[in-house]
Amino acid sequence: MTANPKLAPLLLSGPALLVFIGLVIAPLVMTALLSFYDWGQYKGIVAEFTVKNWHEVLVDDYYYEIFGRTLRIALFVTLIAVLIGVPEAYILNRMTPRWRGVFLLVVIGPLLISVVARTLGWALLFGSTGLIGQALLTLGLTREPVDLMFTETGVIIALTHVLVPFMVLAVLAALQRLNSDVENAAMSLGAPAFTVWRRVVLPQIIPGVLSGSVIVFALAASAFATPAIIGGRRLKVAATLAYDEFLNTLNWPLGAAIAMILLVALIAIIVGSNRLIERRYAQVFE
Amino acid sequence: MSYLALERLTKAYGSVLAVDALDLTVVRGEFISLLGPSGCGKTTTLQMIAGFVEPTSGRAMLDGTDLFGVRPNKRGLGVVFQSYALFPHVTVAENVAFGLEMRGVPRAEREQRVKQTLDLVGLTGMADRYPRRMSGGQQQRVALARALVIQPAILLLDEPLSNLDAKLREEMQTELRTIQRSVGTTTILVTHDQGEAMALSDRIVIMNKGRVEQIARPDEAYARPASAFVANFLGKTNVLSAKVVNEGNRQVVDMAGFRLPVPNRSLSGAVTVTVRPERIAFVDDPAPGVQGRVHTRVFQGTHWLFHIETELGALIVLRQNDGVAVPSEGENVRLAWGENDLLIATSGAM
Repeated sequence: MTANPKLAPLLLSGPALLVFIGLVIAPLVMTALLSFYDWGQYKGIVAEFTVKNWHEVLVDDYYYEIFGRTLRIALFVTLIAVLIGVPEAYILNRMTPRWRGVFLLVVIGPLLISVVARTLGWALLFGSTGLIGQALLTLGLTREPVDLMFTETGVIIALTHVLVPFMVLAVLAALQRLNSDVENAAMSLGAPAFTVWRRVVLPQIIPGVLSGSVIVFALAASAFATPAIIGGRRLKVAATLAYDEFLNTLNWPLGAAIAMILLVALIAIIVGSNRLIERRYAQVFE
Repeated sequence: MSYLALERLTKAYGSVLAVDALDLTVVRGEFISLLGPSGCGKTTTLQMIAGFVEPTSGRAMLDGTDLFGVRPNKRGLGVVFQSYALFPHVTVAENVAFGLEMRGVPRAEREQRVKQTLDLVGLTGMADRYPRRMSGGQQQRVALARALVIQPAILLLDEPLSNLDAKLREEMQTELRTIQRSVGTTTILVTHDQGEAMALSDRIVIMNKGRVEQIARPDEAYARPASAFVANFLGKTNVLSAKVVNEGNRQVVDMAGFRLPVPNRSLSGAVTVTVRPERIAFVDDPAPGVQGRVHTRVFQGTHWLFHIETELGALIVLRQNDGVAVPSEGENVRLAWGENDLLIATSGAM
């Protein structure tokens, strides 16, 4: 063969690269371009360069409120996923392989059910006549019926349920890389169980917690089905907002600008927090 | 006066006995090795003492108190792991200080003792390094310092040197012994390396399939192994089939015509004989001995290793490299050994 050996890596990764460019990069670039197109009620989309879509989103309080809500929801979902997912992964990791297999299936189970079906399930529980509201009322914990439908709390609960498995899997992977002797070593040196966990285990699984958080945060901030069903039109987030611009108002360029701003904001937040945490825990990121 | 006493210590996993009624008494300051092949129960024994594994039955009395009634983190034992098990996210000094911190030792004293211990193990000036940036030998020393700094009642070493290369391992053996002598900590070492066990210990506990085969001083166990397993495990040995016969008014052991007097009168009939390879000598033809032919000859620096085919089967022979000419491959040789070099047992007992 006379092929240049330097070309081999490029040729070998070629097919995957083409798929990636065709399915990810191209639509993204097109969306980015679209966000600079003009749009009018009667003229539709016009291929003229303008920054008015970006300008509109960046100066209007209405959009700030929606973006603020989106990030707030994503942040709470991430925090709760850490609080639930990390201990869950730790317990899973301590189980015998057979039971771990069974419970891993239980943990991943929610991912096997359609998001829409799962979220409609939550909707049944959340309404003022739903199970949760009625239960709280019967138990006398509240005087008024609690209605979690169309509330941020409702969205956060439903999203957390969907996204915790990603946290569990990421943390579990980190725990399995942990040297199991290290916990025994700390114990033999006099550390009670909780101290072993806090001082020895937790710092070492930070990379797993971080990657889990990145996944959960990104998915929560860009989630569509759950906020659309639980939040509805009353409680818009960035994804449902972009959807409405595209399909209800038919203002595609504005929708594209919203989508791009969400993307840029997510990248900025994720990269920024990664940097911070990696610097703080430099020794375990190697 | 015994300091640590293990009484019929047993660990069963289902129907498998990992450790079967182990009895052992250890004197204060003693260096004991648990020696055996993998799966012999030596590590399980160590883990039961440390508290990482619940014993099925039996007791462990440490200085008059029942060890199994004390939680693992209150036992005050120092453990060094095969994997070192250092805390990778903190510095060497913080690793070593951890045990003192757990004991509430004030900062100034803590720093003082950490420094002293790092000096003891030869890590002066490395306090601020991170374990990952150190060599295996250095990590080993950190692990040792971390276990020693709490002045443990017993130091437990679980295959601590097996991840090091041969040269470094030998250096660390010498150093470990020196440190143990100077600190005087009662030490239990788990190892599958008979050389290491013999080099380091006051006494060796040789284990096989959960049971103790022999407890003895290294030289004693080597010279007078209690079983064929011990003889084979502690260095190389030749196991021969022979028989005890009467020759005139005395008993002799007959090894393919080579006859030596039997010191023990109670033996008779078929016996098993073991001879250490370094006790076998080459002799000139007329002298009594066993005829053989050199199959292979391997040079090992300080000595030569021969595999010799004889009527008794293949024998291994070690000869010191003392400058005297040795037979070459294919050469016919005559082998002999003395009656004091023999260990004789009734066939089947070994």
